Amino acid sequence: MKKIILFFSLFSLSTNFFSQEASPGVISGNIQAIGQYYQEDTLINAALPDHLYGFNGFANINFQKGDFRAGIRYESYLNTLEGYPTSFSGTGIGYRYISWQNDNVGVTIGNFYDQFGSGMIFRAYEERQLGIDNSLDGIKLNYEPLKGVYLKGMIGKQRHMFVDGLVNGNGIVRAIDGEFNINELFEDSSRNSKLKGSIGASFVSKFNDDNKTPIFNLPKNVGSSSIRLNLRYNKIRFNGEYVHKINDPYPDNQNTNFNYIYKNGEGLLFNLGYSTKGFAVDFSAKHMDNMLWRSTNVNVGPTDLLIGYLPALTKQHTYNLAATLYPYATNFYGEIAYQADVLFKIPKKTLIGGKYGTSVAINFATDYTPERTFIDDMDGARTSYTTRYFAKSDSLLFQDFNIEIKRKINKKLKLNLNYFNFKFNDDAVKVAGYYKMIYAQILVLDLTYKINRYHSLRFETQGMWTEQDKGNWAFGQIEYTFSPHWYLAILDQYNYGNKNIEKRIHYGLISGGYINGSHRFSLQYGKQRAGVFCVGGVCRAVPASNGLTFSFTSSF
Amino acid sequence: MNKIFLSLSLSLIISIGYSQLPNINLKDVNGVTKNLSKYSNNGNPIIISFWATWCKPCKAELNTIAEEYDDWTEETGVKLIAVSIDDARSSTRVEPYINAQGWEYLVLLDPNGDLKRAMNVNNVPHTFLVDGNGKIVWDHNNYSPGDEEELYEELVKIAK
Repeated sequence: MKKIILFFSLFSLSTNFFSQEASPGVISGNIQAIGQYYQEDTLINAALPDHLYGFNGFANINFQKGDFRAGIRYESYLNTLEGYPTSFSGTGIGYRYISWQNDNVGVTIGNFYDQFGSGMIFRAYEERQLGIDNSLDGIKLNYEPLKGVYLKGMIGKQRHMFVDGLVNGNGIVRAIDGEFNINELFEDSSRNSKLKGSIGASFVSKFNDDNKTPIFNLPKNVGSSSIRLNLRYNKIRFNGEYVHKINDPYPDNQNTNFNYIYKNGEGLLFNLGYSTKGFAVDFSAKHMDNMLWRSTNVNVGPTDLLIGYLPALTKQHTYNLAATLYPYATNFYGEIAYQADVLFKIPKKTLIGGKYGTSVAINFATDYTPERTFIDDMDGARTSYTTRYFAKSDSLLFQDFNIEIKRKINKKLKLNLNYFNFKFNDDAVKVAGYYKMIYAQILVLDLTYKINRYHSLRFETQGMWTEQDKGNWAFGQIEYTFSPHWYLAILDQYNYGNKNIEKRIHYGLISGGYINGSHRFSLQYGKQRAGVFCVGGVCRAVPASNGLTFSFTSSF
Repeated sequence: MNKIFLSLSLSLIISIGYSQLPNINLKDVNGVTKNLSKYSNNGNPIIISFWATWCKPCKAELNTIAEEYDDWTEETGVKLIAVSIDDARSSTRVEPYINAQGWEYLVLLDPNGDLKRAMNVNNVPHTFLVDGNGKIVWDHNNYSPGDEEELYEELVKIAK
């Protein structure tokens, strides 16, 4: 009996081994294509480009065999969609890599993405909707010498543009990171400990010789280091991260106080939270100063060649008026920011909670300019000013208070109610083109009615009330879905409160789509208002447009 | 001794099937590193659902499944892994949200899109049904009310 089992287990081991050897490998991938046909619309300032059509296409193809992986991304911008960075044009290969990964060692050659901690010191990432892709092109190694010890090292050039193929920037980025998970490292002694923790540290440096200004002697190598700590005790969690960057002067045409200054940069980020089933409270704080961190010291586009990522401490909204009119983008010069969240579920079968319970989420976020004491040293050391940790000025950049209440009324009807209150300093944030303080309130009512297993209707109404900028807005949408394949939606946005009567415009849009597994087709026709599209506190202005949009996504 | 051999051979048999999911390290909300290629649900199906705290249809899908999850687990042995693609800005919102909602899923964090890229996900929500051998048998890139019924039917088909 023993022998049989032994033989069987050996046999299964060998089949495992041989089946991997004999397997021809797996090819997989995905595709995304967006085409637009533009129409001129002088009323909403939608210009007609010479090429009439815009097209962005992306196809990833990956090959995997055992521990080995390789892949490419073919990209086409023919011509680049309106509002997308024009530094992306043409058609060709924008990303390619070969990698090998076993249990504790991995190597990647070619393009790769990675992130240390929150990303303040280093984040190579792709945010396709914003036209951000700063993948490194070089070599990456990762190694786990012991369980609970994670080491990474990488060197490369950053992707900058796309002109019929990948175009890298000139600068070189070198980065190392180590993370130690205490509980994995000392598994035996800490198994029953309620205290869990990990620490990490990084060093990132860049070399570039791009800016040959005769006036200043710019450092060719700039280093930056960070340390981070994650602790958890029962249901309480704490994360902290500190980043320090040595002098790294950039030109600034708009503000002489920041033009080629030799001040060190600093970032501090804290997060403290308690959560249990049905209740959570979370608090975050950020002190950030002079943390622009690029692999070049010449002026480039706002999202080009960034080494670090500066997360905004505000909630990312999804309802149209709340998301695209006055969104907050992280201020590179510096900010003192706080955010608090309270989430709870009122239990089901109670007077207030109703039959199914009610979810409530409250969020408050506030951002201020740091208090800066300017020192008159622009003819000498050029450090320009001093700051103190978490010392804020009285200049408010952004404030957001919002409540979301979600409740299932009965088996067929779901209700979602939202309130937003914004204070938006457009003089500093410069998103709306109003350049003064904007005070806005928004109310959203969102109802989903499930007719039967396959058919559902969704109604959404939004109102925005403000005395400033473009005045009041109303929004309405009806969406019909036929699970699992079809949807159709009609929406209208109406700027009924604009002080300029000619600008009281309806932006009507109709869209429909067909989904089959991982394939998704959609068509959209109508007017889109100029707005700001944001992901992760990074924003891109999208111009107004009128026309037909086709999109297709699929994976295989 | 027999038992040791038996469990050894069983574990080897099971490990064969789990070579098809990507070999990528992700952290769960407790900071513990997990690797999908080594994840085993004892030969039972797995649902992998990509979501984000800012994605309304994703949350609608996972909250709807949460209502039925106990029944699904009992009937089919399925486990759901919810992979959050929230970045550093919003990833601190993941744990408060899942606890406040009372989800019982394994939640993994993919803040830089490593697993998203490896599984060829274009956008969220994207839900995969993986059978007991680690093979993807069904996926769907959208959520409309009622889609969970189709997922459930597919799940029952592959459950032992």
